[in-house]
Amino acid sequence: MDFAPILAALRRHRTATLVIALEIALACAVLCNACFLIASRIGLMQIESGVDESSLALVKLDCDDCNSSDLNARVMAALRAVPGVQSVAAVNTLPFGERAGDNGVTIDREHYVAVPHFYLGGPGAAETLGLHLAEGQPFQPEDFRTGDVWVPADTPVWISRTLAEKLWPGQSALGKEFWVTDKFHFRVVGVLAHLVRPDPGGTRGSGAAEWSVFAPMAPGKVLNGSYAIRAAPADLPRVLREAREAAQKAAPEAVLDLTQSRTVSDLRSDFFRPSRSMAGMLVGVIVALLLVTALGIVGLASFWVQQRRKQIGIRRAIGATRQDILRYFQTENFLIVTGGIAVGLAMAVVLNAVLMKFYELPRLPVAYLPISAVVLWLLGQLAVLGPALRAAAVPPVVATRSV
Amino acid sequence: MFVYYLDLAFRSLRRNTMLTALMVLAIAVGIGASMTTLTVTHLLSGDPLPGRSQHIFYPQVDPDPKRTDDKEPYDKLDYQSAVDLWSAHRADRQAIVVDSRLKLSDPASGAPPIMAMMLSTTADFFPMFDVPFQYGAGWSAQDDASRARVAVISADLNQKLFAGANSVGRTLRLRNSDVRIVGVLKPWRPSPQFYMVAGGRFANGDTADYYSKTEDVITPFFTGLDINDGSFWQFTCWSLPARTGHLQDAPCVWLGLWVQLDNAAKVAGYRRFVADYAAQQKSLGRFTHAGNARMRSLMEWLDFNGVVPSDVRLQTWLSFAFLTICLFNTVGLLLAKFLRRSGEIGVRRALGASRAAVFAQCMVESAVIGLIGGLFGLLLTLLGLWLVRQQPVAYADLARLDVPMFLLTFALAVGTSVLAGVLPALRACRVAPAWQLKTL
Repeated sequence: MDFAPILAALRRHRTATLVIALEIALACAVLCNACFLIASRIGLMQIESGVDESSLALVKLDCDDCNSSDLNARVMAALRAVPGVQSVAAVNTLPFGERAGDNGVTIDREHYVAVPHFYLGGPGAAETLGLHLAEGQPFQPEDFRTGDVWVPADTPVWISRTLAEKLWPGQSALGKEFWVTDKFHFRVVGVLAHLVRPDPGGTRGSGAAEWSVFAPMAPGKVLNGSYAIRAAPADLPRVLREAREAAQKAAPEAVLDLTQSRTVSDLRSDFFRPSRSMAGMLVGVIVALLLVTALGIVGLASFWVQQRRKQIGIRRAIGATRQDILRYFQTENFLIVTGGIAVGLAMAVVLNAVLMKFYELPRLPVAYLPISAVVLWLLGQLAVLGPALRAAAVPPVVATRSV
Repeated sequence: MFVYYLDLAFRSLRRNTMLTALMVLAIAVGIGASMTTLTVTHLLSGDPLPGRSQHIFYPQVDPDPKRTDDKEPYDKLDYQSAVDLWSAHRADRQAIVVDSRLKLSDPASGAPPIMAMMLSTTADFFPMFDVPFQYGAGWSAQDDASRARVAVISADLNQKLFAGANSVGRTLRLRNSDVRIVGVLKPWRPSPQFYMVAGGRFANGDTADYYSKTEDVITPFFTGLDINDGSFWQFTCWSLPARTGHLQDAPCVWLGLWVQLDNAAKVAGYRRFVADYAAQQKSLGRFTHAGNARMRSLMEWLDFNGVVPSDVRLQTWLSFAFLTICLFNTVGLLLAKFLRRSGEIGVRRALGASRAAVFAQCMVESAVIGLIGGLFGLLLTLLGLWLVRQQPVAYADLARLDVPMFLLTFALAVGTSVLAGVLPALRACRVAPAWQLKTL
């Protein structure tokens, strides 16, 4: 195909060409970044929690003046009596539940390195949650002690692999120690393959989604009122329903927290609802954007076809085939879109840099650029197909008319 | 002449339905998307206390011995600093604020208790923030001092417990204490719930909770501390409190202090007072960083906390990019539309119409397209806001179109299309009459 005559023709329509090319460029920039935003949301939504979500539920009581150890004993006994319950353990919270406590940790008691979330669990909690230990050893019965305000000052813990990598890059975390203020001293005895914070991607950002510590503690004044229950996935909804009633009956002085007493799958689905609607909105924007761009191309191409009916007729009369005419308009569109894409890719990178600055987003992977270029080329070719076919249908006899 | 152009515009729009529909659609979609997000941003970033916010300030001092002067002080105050500053009564009005969760019930009804949020504050809170009352009123400074067992309840709670009746004088059970209701608020929904805003810079843009509803029950500050002792949450501590939830003597920050200062002299005076207080505390050995004091105005404080959630801001930018694309699209289509009529324009020019007349006619046509696009855009905006209200976020119920935004929709639509029309209209009025006549 010879580009020269097409370029010459386009030069006669500089404004319209430029407008369409700019529209493509902007669309390209927004498309790249919006797709990237969607992909990062979806990636976060699929994060592995590290617990057996489908068999787990949380029962949470609000109880401000209960006698704590007595409450734990009563409620756990009642929960264990619910048919279908496989195990019950006191916990402070579960993934996707309410945040129970973030603490800045230091290795040298002076400089904070990370702010992980601290999960506390009573005896049997690790088994109930289905935590998967990658390295290290289980807790010993004597590790479960009570505390007055928080965990005992000297506690062995498990940490997630991501946190281990943050605290001691490239080294084994086993046996290492870290501090919270200069009073609480923790020794790492196990590394978990995965354990997400209750709010992965929330307040601490997506990089910290798996910064979790799991500490053993005996149920008592501090570890009180929240219980993980495990049941077969098929049984879980019924078990949870009965467990809520049983807990309320066992502790009539407490108020059952209905928003937290849910299955972990439900808590997860709720937690990601805003992300899902944001992703949905972005998809909507992308679809509308492609639609508007295509409509613009259709409108302008139709105008050009109508304007050039006579020239098309002459070309047909002197021997051009329908194929030639079709290819002319498709090549023309290809050239305009290519110009737009060239500018658009640069704009995409700039837009990403701005977004990175203001919204702490990661860098746009290079793969998004060629993909959105291909999408826009295809869109352009599809949009121009209708008008081009109409152009190809112009009979040679038009050349003899005076319009 | 204008009416004639209008008539021409409508004729031309009808003649080329396909192109017209495309343009109207492009503008409508662009307006719908950008107005939806702009309305949400507007509602979330507005002034929660119009007319008063410039007199409201949030003082901060730095009680943490381990921080340095170049760091921001904590977002809240420790008990001693807050009570010292408050009880000096050096501002026109002052209120300490802290909230906590507690069990609440109506002893008369015997209905099961619920968990509610309690705001504990001081008497000036109500006049300072212009809180509207349905029944009764707030409490007095005397009640603050005497730790009176009184409470003000929200319209929501009054509806829930007393079916909206005048409940002043009735008793409410808060945890284990009985309090007497002295006031019932009218529905009050400041956006954001500004007086509790803190810690925004640590929230990573996830600030939707600042738009939560207000607390259900409001009690005098010291009364609240008595009733719910042991259940207070620290903003942060620099070492461990001796008793969980009891923070009066703890090395923790957990209280907000708001002051009202009616003129610039008083503002300067209060700044001096806060600085002097910090210096005095340093000389007493309690503070190490006396210079680390701040006093931001309400709006500065909201800005500092970045209250508008980053998702909302992102959507706004995205929809404006989208509006720009629609604008380019409209430019291209208008160009096609006007130039297609070159012959007609040539005739008009040959018959004596000036370039300005042709230009004006084209602009009227653009504006008409914008107006129609705006009408559809308005429908799409209403649809978009309805979608926002279906979302599980704290500010969902706020997303409604108000009059300024309604007018802005049309202004933006017409502005956009007129802007889009300038270039095509300039091209159209440069059509040479003779050349066009020849080809007719």
